[in-house]
Amino acid sequence: MNDLTRLTAREIAAAIAAGETNAVDVAQAHLDRIAKIDGQLHAFLHVDSEGALETARRVDAGEISGPLAGVPLALKDVIVQKGVPTTVGSRILEGWRPPYDATVVERLKSAGVVILGKTNMDEFAMGSSTEHSAYGPTHNPWDLDRIPGGSGGGSSAAVASFEAPLAIGTDTGGSIRQPAAVTGTVGVKPTYGGVSRYGLVAFSSSLDQAGPCARTVMDAALLHEVIAGHDPRDSTSIPSPVPPVVEAAKQADISGMTIGVVKELSGEGYQPGVEQRFAEAVETLTGLGAKVVEVSCPHFAYALPAYYLIAPSEASSNLARFDSVRYGLRVGDDGDRSLEEVMSLTRAQGFGAEVKRRIILGTYALSSGYYDAYYGQAQKVRSLITRDFTEAFALADVLVSPAAPTVAFPLGEKLSDPLAMYRQDLATIPSNLYGGPAMSLPCGLSDGLPVGLQIMAPTMRDELLYRVGAAFEATMPAPVPPLDWEA
Amino acid sequence: MTVPYAEALQEFEPVIGLETHVELGTASKMFCGCDTTFGADPNTHTCPVCLGLPGALPVVNEKAIESTIRIGLALHCDIATWCRFARKNYFYPDMPKNFQTSQYDEPLCTDGYLDVEVSNADGTLETVRVPIERVHLEEDTGKTLHVGGATGRIHGASHSLVDYNRAGIPLVEIVTKPVVGTKHRPAEVAKAYVAELRDVLRGLGVSDVKMEQGSLRCDVNVSLNKPGDDWGTRSETKNVNSLRSVERAVRSEVERQAARLRQGERIVQETRHFHEDTGLSTSGRSKEEATDYRYFPEPDLVPVAPDTDWVAELKAALPEAPSVRRRRLIEQLALSALDAEAMTNAGVLDLVLATVDAGAPAAEARNWWLGHLAQTANSSGVEPAELSITPAQVARVVGLVAGGSLTAGLARQVVDGVLAGEGEPEAVVATRGLAVVSDEGALATAVDEAIAADADAADKIRAGKVQAVGALVGRVMKATRGQADASVVRRLLLERLGVTE
Ligand SMILES: [Zn+2]
Repeated sequence: MNDLTRLTAREIAAAIAAGETNAVDVAQAHLDRIAKIDGQLHAFLHVDSEGALETARRVDAGEISGPLAGVPLALKDVIVQKGVPTTVGSRILEGWRPPYDATVVERLKSAGVVILGKTNMDEFAMGSSTEHSAYGPTHNPWDLDRIPGGSGGGSSAAVASFEAPLAIGTDTGGSIRQPAAVTGTVGVKPTYGGVSRYGLVAFSSSLDQAGPCARTVMDAALLHEVIAGHDPRDSTSIPSPVPPVVEAAKQADISGMTIGVVKELSGEGYQPGVEQRFAEAVETLTGLGAKVVEVSCPHFAYALPAYYLIAPSEASSNLARFDSVRYGLRVGDDGDRSLEEVMSLTRAQGFGAEVKRRIILGTYALSSGYYDAYYGQAQKVRSLITRDFTEAFALADVLVSPAAPTVAFPLGEKLSDPLAMYRQDLATIPSNLYGGPAMSLPCGLSDGLPVGLQIMAPTMRDELLYRVGAAFEATMPAPVPPLDWEA
Repeated sequence: MTVPYAEALQEFEPVIGLETHVELGTASKMFCGCDTTFGADPNTHTCPVCLGLPGALPVVNEKAIESTIRIGLALHCDIATWCRFARKNYFYPDMPKNFQTSQYDEPLCTDGYLDVEVSNADGTLETVRVPIERVHLEEDTGKTLHVGGATGRIHGASHSLVDYNRAGIPLVEIVTKPVVGTKHRPAEVAKAYVAELRDVLRGLGVSDVKMEQGSLRCDVNVSLNKPGDDWGTRSETKNVNSLRSVERAVRSEVERQAARLRQGERIVQETRHFHEDTGLSTSGRSKEEATDYRYFPEPDLVPVAPDTDWVAELKAALPEAPSVRRRRLIEQLALSALDAEAMTNAGVLDLVLATVDAGAPAAEARNWWLGHLAQTANSSGVEPAELSITPAQVARVVGLVAGGSLTAGLARQVVDGVLAGEGEPEAVVATRGLAVVSDEGALATAVDEAIAADADAADKIRAGKVQAVGALVGRVMKATRGQADASVVRRLLLERLGVTE
């Protein structure tokens, strides 16, 4: 057997099912690779070798079967797994072991997916580079001096560097898609409500959505089908059948489809190299038989400011529970200090600068007297952006744009300029505000670094992403990082 | 410094308002499946959701929505066709998420009223309409126990313990509009309102409405103004947790404010804390330092949109309102208004009606519930409705007395047996051997023994002093352990002694 870590998820599952290899060997190969390279990459915050091998043994014993049984996966550290440390990239949850499984984790476990460990992320998923992780940044496998994107940089870097064929990410404003774009992998934000949020540590409840990270569109589809579907424990979970994403990835035919190029997601802020690769991708889609039209979504210009009011507002409330009373960090409890002082000290030390910035921003936006001007206005913008999407989808089956405005930038470059960092999510935020599904997949390199093509579809039409993505992917083999830094 | 209540109300006009919190009696909590039973070991009725663990999400309890809508309908409110929950953000350790999931500007029920009756000096009842602003649904907080301090308050405590069993229990908040025109009796109206509301809630079966266990809690607002002036500044007295306290809280606040106003001082808009022991309140935080709750729509919950047909069904199925039932009872049973009020105050009106419905004559039902049963409840510190005897059982005891198989004294013993958990009345009669001894042959021996034992009394009776027979009747009753019918015994004694009346 070839290097097991180079196989896709589908190939691994097939090889295990055919008896050509076994789940324990597959898990061990990936654990060995993590042990070998993660010191340089830092994609993982916690590796659960024991748990991974235990699941693998159960698959090998025939206790669990299914399309992804025995396939290893890296779990973003924002999703709780019973008994396994979950930090959300923050000091405030250091040492916390959740007493319950997220619905996504339950589904992965019952599908026999082998969870290797928890991946690095910007603290509380706030950031576009993983540099805001309290545990140090993840490095981009294409160039260790560059960012792997964020907030889910750990998940994407793990997939891109063959530490895992699959990963789970979460996407509030682009945290699956932008890392996928800058690491040359596939990342999908499903329709909001398509995948249960139960057990996903909330950043912005109305925007957060968990989704698959993979090296191929088909692998992403297989994972999507495992984790999606209605969950009675999540009130916002959609009670409808999962869109036929695997079927669509097999179909991979876009002849006769109309594809809309969003006028507003180009120009200022977008690197020429990125725009070049994107223009070529649009030509490819035309060549595959799609009709390409230009559409205008005039309110996308307000997406970024609206997002930076809504997300911090919800975060300011969601993060209030981290108060040292019941779990996680507690600072300064010396028997003399008051509860309020201990809460204050804990939050001061437990949260990083970016998290504090957003808590303050959100607290302000929700304050009495400012609510209408900020949070209220932002909700209106959200409605207008939804209307833009609805009108655009009357003209086109899917919309496309670059997934990120730039290729991976050097570590440290934007740390002192929050607004420059926020602009990384220019193209991805509109889909979060609208709630529709979106995918980023590789569409070539610029200066030797990956560029992502974003596909956006109407809500609960996730299968369209996979249909278009698989068709496009067939024309362009997935890029493989040189990995010349490997010892 | 206070001005006496009656005097204060001659000089000032009162405006009152009440906010009432009611814990719903649903089997599970508002947003999770945890048990709601009162009195469990601390933190045993908890889960990731009601502990606010990272990642946990709420799901609305449909039964709580239904109960809230039924309360709204009983209070003649409009029911929202679409509304949302909102987060009320503030830090407090007994609130696991540091926000309370509540409702803000989109309550489930709005704009209703509750008619309450207060008695006039002449015993007639007068109806006062209390307008209802809103009825909304929220979750309760946990309970904090401060340890090591002298008073059980946080000040001086060495540490605090938090019990989250109560966190997430569905709580309905019922808010009145400002109630004007209560004239010389704002305290009485406030008390009557809470009592009436309690009866409505009990009739709906949505809550056990036990004020002493905190399942019904009140905040009382009071302001005073000179006739013709604008309304005065109000104070809000929190934690008023008994009917008597509601009345006392309004009364003491009227007296306190009147004194300040008379001296030309201004009333501070503030929260005051009521103390059950003294009946007085002390100043809490003032409005100037009030928290900004930063309300916003709860993004973890989808909007609630009650189906109008369903709401119509709930409305059609509402039980008879207590005030309507009371009027019916008064008419049907020819009770006086004062009697009805006494029954209402004792919390036995429903029980009396149910006993009558079960076949007992009204007077008997009234006597049992206002008499022996009310006393029993009182001495064991429970509400009459909480006694372990049902109106149907009381009616059967009444029936046994009417049928001659029990005397009044025996009936009491039977009732006590039922209360002690000895089973149905008939079973208590059998096991305690309480049936009336009406067999005259069986009584004859006891009669003879009594005459022999007290020859003096027998002689007096023979000499015509019939009233002396009481002593002998007593002997016979004692000998038969109360199971004889005293009138039969008396007749037998007189016959035996050859005396006729
Ligand atoms: Zn619970």
